[in-house]
This record gives sequence, C-alpha cells and structure tokens, in this order.
Amino acid sequence: MKSRTLNVVLAACVVALTAVAAAAQDARDTIRIVGSSTVFPFSTAVAEHFGQSSDFPTPVVESTGSGGGLKLFCAGVGFEHPDVTNASRRIKPSEVERCAENGITEITEVMFGFDGIVLGNSRGARQLSIDIPDLWLALAAEVPDANGNIVANPYTMWSEINHSLPAAAIRVMGPPPTSGTRDAFVELVMEQGCEHFEAVAVIEESDEDRFESICASVREDGAFIEAGENDNLIVQKLEADPDAFGIFGFSFLDQNINKIQGAVMNGVEPTFDNIAFGDYPVSRSLYFYVKNAHLDLVPGIAEFVAEFTSDDAWGPFGYLADKGLIPLPDHDRATMAETANSATPLSL
Amino acid sequence: MTDTARPMTSVHLSDSSRGRLRRRYARERNFKIVSVSALVLTAVFLVILLGSVVLNGWSGFLTTKLRLEVTYSAEHVDVDNPANGNFRMIVLDGLRERFPDVTERRALRALLGIVSNQGAWDVRDALLDNPSLAGTSRELWLPAATEVDMLNKGYVDRSAPEELRLIDDRTIAWVDALEQDGDLATVFNWTFLASGDSREPELAGVGGAVLGSFWILLVTFVVSFPTGVGAAVFLEEFAPKRRWVDIIEVNINNLAAVPSIVFGLLGLAVFLNVMHLPRSAPVVGGLTLALMTLPTIIITTRAALKGIPPSIRDAALAVGASEVQVVSHFLLPLAMPRILTGAIIGMARALGESAPLLMVGMVAFVVDLPSGPTDPATALPVQVFLWADSPERGFVEKTSAAIMVLLVFLIAMNGLAVYLRQRFEIRW
Repeated sequence: MKSRTLNVVLAACVVALTAVAAAAQDARDTIRIVGSSTVFPFSTAVAEHFGQSSDFPTPVVESTGSGGGLKLFCAGVGFEHPDVTNASRRIKPSEVERCAENGITEITEVMFGFDGIVLGNSRGARQLSIDIPDLWLALAAEVPDANGNIVANPYTMWSEINHSLPAAAIRVMGPPPTSGTRDAFVELVMEQGCEHFEAVAVIEESDEDRFESICASVREDGAFIEAGENDNLIVQKLEADPDAFGIFGFSFLDQNINKIQGAVMNGVEPTFDNIAFGDYPVSRSLYFYVKNAHLDLVPGIAEFVAEFTSDDAWGPFGYLADKGLIPLPDHDRATMAETANSATPLSL
Repeated sequence: MTDTARPMTSVHLSDSSRGRLRRRYARERNFKIVSVSALVLTAVFLVILLGSVVLNGWSGFLTTKLRLEVTYSAEHVDVDNPANGNFRMIVLDGLRERFPDVTERRALRALLGIVSNQGAWDVRDALLDNPSLAGTSRELWLPAATEVDMLNKGYVDRSAPEELRLIDDRTIAWVDALEQDGDLATVFNWTFLASGDSREPELAGVGGAVLGSFWILLVTFVVSFPTGVGAAVFLEEFAPKRRWVDIIEVNINNLAAVPSIVFGLLGLAVFLNVMHLPRSAPVVGGLTLALMTLPTIIITTRAALKGIPPSIRDAALAVGASEVQVVSHFLLPLAMPRILTGAIIGMARALGESAPLLMVGMVAFVVDLPSGPTDPATALPVQVFLWADSPERGFVEKTSAAIMVLLVFLIAMNGLAVYLRQRFEIRW
C-alpha cells in the first residue's frame, strides 16, 4: 500500500515536470524589462500605471544593473529574452555589436530624464562646498605632490586639501564598481577632476593607459568605503556618523531631505531645478532601450513606450517627477517622444 | 555508614584532596556561568532583533483611510459605460467640496495628492459594484497617500522647518481638519496581505511574494522529496559497499555545505540557458532550491533509516518479505516522521533563501499575483530585499512587516517539524 503512494507521488512529479516543460514553450504576454537599479524606481512606477490603466498585464521589471541588463537584452530575439532594458548610461558600441551578432539589429533608444549624483552628509553637520578638482584629490588613489610627482594619496583630512574645507577626516561611502552610479561618478567627477592638474595632464600624451588609471582609480586605503548597492544603507550610516559623506542618486536625497544635505559642487547646490537646467555638474542621462523585433512578438510594448513618454509620466509634473526623476527640457521631450513612438532605430 | 570509624588519614579527606575538590566545583560553577551567559547573550540579541523588527514593522499592518463624499456626476461618468469615467476628477471634486477655499491649480494638485492613486480605482469599483450609483453621491473610505499615512502614524516631525519635511504645512492643515471631523481612520491593512508589489508604499503588499514562495516551495518539495528519499534508500539499503559509493557519499555531504549562491549559478546555467525555462518563474526558483535542499533530505533520510534497529529488517526478511517490501512496508513508514522533520527544516531554509533566486531573475518587480509555477513571481525574502532598497520612507515599515510575515511562516514550519518529531517519532 505504501508503495502505491510512492508511485502516485512519482507520477505526480513526472506530470508536473512535463507541464512545466510544455508551459515554457508557450508564448509570453507579459512585457519583460531588465536593467539599471537607478532606473528601477522609475520603470516600475510606469509599469504599475500601465498595468492599472490598460488591459495588458503589468510588465515584470528586474533590477540587474545597466551592464547586466544590456547583456541579457543582447542575448537574442525570442520569448526567453527581455523586451526592454534600462540603463543609467548610454549603450556602448561594443554592446551594439554584441546585439547585432545575436540578430538584434534594430534598437530604439529613449533618453527619458536626468539623475544627479550627490555627495551628501548628515544635516547635523556643516554643509560641504567643494570643487570637483578638490574632490578628486580627496578620493583618487594617486595624486600629484608639490613637485609634480605622482604619489600615493597622502591626504587624510579635508582641510589638508583646501583650507576652506572642514578639518575632519576624509571618509566617503560610495557604491561598488558594479554600480552604474559608480561608473557615472568616475566619469563625471574623477575624470573631470584630474584634468585640472598639470602633472597629470602631461602623462596623457606619454602614456594614456597610465593617465586613465590615475584619473579613474579610487583610493583603497580606507578613506573611500564601498558601502554596497543599497543607497538606503548609506543614508542610514550618514545619519549615524556626522563626519562621513556618501555618494548616491538625487532621488535618495529628495526622499531623505529631512536627514541629509547635498554638498555644493563647483558652487552649485544639488536641487531639482539646478539639475534640470544642467547647472549642477554631476548629472547623467537615463535611458531605456526597446527591442524593435519584439514589437510584434509581445503585445503592449508600443503602448508601454507611449505611457512612459506621456507628459503624465515623464513631464515636469508627472508621476515620475514625484519619484525624483529630473525631466528633460520641453523641446527634447517632444523630439524624444517622436523617436520613441515611431520606433526609430538607434544608429551610433 | 559511620564516618567516625574512618581513619583521619584517608586520602579522600587530605588537604590536597579537598583543594582538588574545591577546584573541581569551581570549574563546574565557571562552566555553568559561561554557558548561562552565552545563552543570555543569544537571548539578548534575539530580543533586540525581534524587538527592532516588530517596533519598525507593526505599523505596516495598519493603514490610513479618509472619508470623502464623492458624486458620480454625469459630467465625469458615462452611464452606459460606467467603467470608462474620469474617476480622478470625481475624487478631486469631492476634495474641492470638502475644502472649498482651495482654488489655485497647484494647490489643487497638492490636495489631490493626499489621496492615494488607488482612490480613483476604488471610486470606480464602487460604481461597477453598484451601477445605480451613477448620478448620486456616496460616502467612501479611500486610502490615503503614503505621506499622509506617515504623518498619521507619527513618523513626521511636525516641529521641523517646513522645507525639511516631506509634507508641507498646507497638507498638514488639511489632514488635521479631516482628523478633527473624524474623517481620518487607521484601519487594518488588508491590502498589505492580499496584493502584490507596488511602487506606492500604501499599496504595496506581500500577497504576491507569499504566493510566489508557496509555488517555489511546492516545486522544491515535489522535486527534492521523492528524489532525496529515493537516493537515500538506495545508498543506505541497496548500494554495494564500493569505492564509488563512498565518493558519492562524500560529495553529498560536501554539497550540503556549498554556499547557496553556487546553486543559483547552476540554476542559471542549466535551467535558463540550457533548458530555456522562463525567467523569474517559481518553477526555476523551485528547481534551484530543490538542488540545495536535496543533500539535507538525503542526509536526514539516511540517518533515519540507520536509526531503525536491524531486528526489524531481519524479522521482515525472516517472514519472507522481499527487500523492496522491507523498505516500503517497514523501513520507510517507521522512518517517515524523522524524514519529514528533516525535509521541513530543509524547506524552511529554502523559504528564507534569496541569493540563488537572484541569479534566476526572481529579484523582480511583480505586481500581478502569480497563478501558477510558470508565472513571473518573487519570494518573501526577495521582497524584503527590494523594499529595503527603496527610497520612500513608507517602505521602512513595510520591510519590517514583511520580515514579520516571513518569520511567522518560518516559525510555523519549524513548529510543525517539532510537532511531528514529538508526536510520531518512535524511540527504540
């Protein structure tokens, strides 16, 4: 009798597995989105609105990071591959090639807004006002000394770099190298900052690789702390430690304005308006990419893009602005919506 | 038993002997002190952990609703097609009537912001339930926006300067006016238990994650339990004592200690890249976690079979049972309570696992509830992870509340394991 039960259980397993294998072959009617964790809050907000206001199922959004998302996106055409990927940086030519190798020749690129990167600290401490070259000196692994030689970063206090800065130990928490925020920080702060120094600039002509490594390498002696991808965690740590600074996206400053203040960069405060008008120096564009070959494959992609590019969503008073998105200027929004809704393929 | 009869020079009563005895007692006392303090330390940490989770999370089970009189006016509702009305405008008109002195456009926008986006859908649903409402007025309890919810729950510092608050003085005044008239209520948050994820903290729920975890565990159990028990029975009862069997044994023991993320990578490589199963589906998560649970089930099953006295086997064989009959009629039924205990503990571990699910695409934003193992879904620990990473203040309490839900399931499963062990286990 017991053996009969066992047989039934085994039979049930076989049936279950066959059913699963059969279901895997089925077409999919849910839009699949992957990509950047920075774009995740915006993409999910649009997905939710889209699911509520249309008859299509709510798209599934996965947070994989910009690079991870593009890798999945470019893996091929078909139901098992995502339809849309989000990125907090522009697609690279190498990624376009990779896509083309796998038969994805037509991609629609949509730039839908900006995100500022903020150096923030606790409201309990003084607001920092710093220029980008000084910030590079504080965070680079190697810096030029008084004689123009490149040496390991000797600075331990902000005031050693510039007398106007506070006499506190340099302690900055930031995202790890896998993060798009880190990529953007290196590009917008580190690489901008190092060019101001004669001693570094001369290396560019003689040894470009060395130049890039000096510019982009973040110090590893404890002054820069990799705090993980979780921006909330950085915010909590800043609250507990008034001397520490953190690097994170503007939306986290916006949501925690009662606890955290953003440092003034090159004399500009990180506010909504300053980022929108392009005055704040450390801001980047946010993108999503649509696989044109999937437009006829999975229902609702065109309608999803239309929802994303409606003024109700990405406009200055849209619901994405409530989530901390800095909208594009009116004119750019109109042209970008045109590109997006006509599915004009990207050409680099 | 007369002590006096003993000579005083007995080795047991010598000074050095007394010293040794004292030292032995002292050692015993010290050992007890260390043990008890270790226990106390564990208890303190447990209390701190649970305390902070409960303290942060209890309010996640509550939500704020506000009462509003809405009018299904002909202007906004099409009587022939009630589903297709402008329900946001109906909510706004209701608010306008409640606060007639607000007229400026931006102020009206802010006023509409005190009601959650869900409010308009609730107004629609009330009409769809009862189409005769068209053209009439009705009092409805609508969910408040998360800022209002946070204010009502006391998470907003009213004494802070206005620009340092996420909610401005104007909105606070509106909310206070509602509260004074009894139009603001804190009620149990059914949405939190029933619905899927949302970007709006007041609408986010663990329902989707609970269902996802259920489908994952179902697949895990269906796959790993028969396979694990079968493998264990073969290894314990039928396998010849050869070198390759030893190698398999060592490997199974090793597998039990492999970090779970490795199983995630395996799942990604095999189930997604080779077998092309759907991403983010509980079936893939379940298969991956089944691989992880398998060694635990095999090891506990073998231990359970080993624990059955050989006399049972011998007696069964002696009355003419075949070897398969010995296993299926005697050994498995007798070992079942311990096997199930091991399986449940293995499943409880699988329930709390998030790292392998990361690799197979289950760390995703899923709003619709999964209705089967191939629908996109997420799991409870993953939901905790996603909410912990969200910037909105309202998700702090949701994160802790989701942890509480997860803990309830874990405690229930472990409790069931203990119950099965005590109720059915046979001691030889």
